Amino acid sequence: MAPSGQRRSSYSKRAQYNLFTGYIVAGAGALIGAVLLGVSLFQPDLFGGPRGAAQDAATPATETVAAARTGSKSLWDSISGYYRAGSKNAELKREMELARIRLAEAEALRQENVRLKGLLELQDKDRTPVAVARLVGSTASSTRRFAYLGAGSDDGVTVGMPVRSPRGVVGRILETGNSSSRVLLLTDSESVLPVRRAGDETVAFAEGRGDSLLRIKLINLGINPLQPGDLFVTSGAGGYYPPGIAVAIVTELADDGGLARIVSDPAATDFVAVEPIFEPEAAIGAGTPVEEELGD
Amino acid sequence: MDRIEPRARSDAYGSRINRSHSPLLANIIPWASILLGSLLPMLAIAAALPMVPPLGFLLLLSWRLVRPGLLPVWAGFPLGLFDDLYSGQPFGFAILTWSVTLLVIELVEMRWPWRAFWQDWFTAGILSTLYLVTGWLLSGASPTLPALVAIVPQLVLTVLLFPVIARFVARLDELRLRRWRRV
Repeated sequence: MAPSGQRRSSYSKRAQYNLFTGYIVAGAGALIGAVLLGVSLFQPDLFGGPRGAAQDAATPATETVAAARTGSKSLWDSISGYYRAGSKNAELKREMELARIRLAEAEALRQENVRLKGLLELQDKDRTPVAVARLVGSTASSTRRFAYLGAGSDDGVTVGMPVRSPRGVVGRILETGNSSSRVLLLTDSESVLPVRRAGDETVAFAEGRGDSLLRIKLINLGINPLQPGDLFVTSGAGGYYPPGIAVAIVTELADDGGLARIVSDPAATDFVAVEPIFEPEAAIGAGTPVEEELGD
Repeated sequence: MDRIEPRARSDAYGSRINRSHSPLLANIIPWASILLGSLLPMLAIAAALPMVPPLGFLLLLSWRLVRPGLLPVWAGFPLGLFDDLYSGQPFGFAILTWSVTLLVIELVEMRWPWRAFWQDWFTAGILSTLYLVTGWLLSGASPTLPALVAIVPQLVLTVLLFPVIARFVARLDELRLRRWRRV
């Protein structure tokens, strides 16, 4: 490529000053960027306002694209469904019969649960979702794993609310705009979730690794009781997530726990539900430093 | 008399008679394409891995390397500001890195004024590698080794995509200078 003659400034004072000012402005821009970066590394939510507004502005486009994306995906699913339809059908029928039996058993258990809870005078509050919306996009080119949700503070969404799909936990609301919000996905390396193994009381933390896997860190160290294939569900500790929602399945063992794959992959989810914070008081308590007293 | 060749009075940008460039398009296309490039990765599927190349950054590199002298040196500030609103990196990251990138390319151009395309590709490859690794270091989360391994596919894709984007930018440049306006 031939060099552009732009740098060879002439005797014109104006051209020389223009060139010089360009460099000064570029250097100042880099400096301002460095300062902003430093500030936002220490105060990550400081620029949430402009980001939320920008996200709101982009929502119409992202909603449309998300709708088209899920539409084309389901078209592909229905085409690929014809492949070996007969054997699949037979297999599904067998599974269906088994599932019906399990469903009847679960119904019996549910009734027993209601009866036992009635004896203990516990009552279940109705947990209706605050909002149901599409995951409209994500930060696909950044190391951080955030997703954008098509519902915001106008729909009653507030920071900290858990987001779940029909399969399991997706993440937690991090920032809200008026009509959109940002979700911290489970796989982000800043995400930590208290979990327990389904079936017993093995408690652990599920930390995101930033590479689509979760790291299960057992709280009680000792002999590692995990097996590949173990399902982990939310334990309800911390107060944000209701207990018993599926989180991840262990695929590999490590010294202090294991590596697990998330159950509800955000790429496969269409609509998600934003639920109210499970125990707001516990969540506030968990966020308060030990030195401070919780006001009554 | 023979009819003269019909394309004799036109060049790659269209007829040279009775037509002129549109100043609006000529000025807006580079900026608008980079802004769109910042928006596009957001529309991609909510994947568990960072897979989509940083399109805004690639378009900035391409415009700067394919068409030197078009973007001013300070263009990294406004364009980076916009990218920061959508990229998911901490605010100020793109302002800093994009400004520094443009200054570095300025230095490279001063040192090696005559370059072939593969040299531009080499520059772009090194700069995007640095950009992605800096993004991993300064993502606001503590940088972990698995997350670094996870950006390798994205990095390969980014480096391989540069020639395609550069071609695309060259086409956009043709579109930019097409003579649309009737005078």
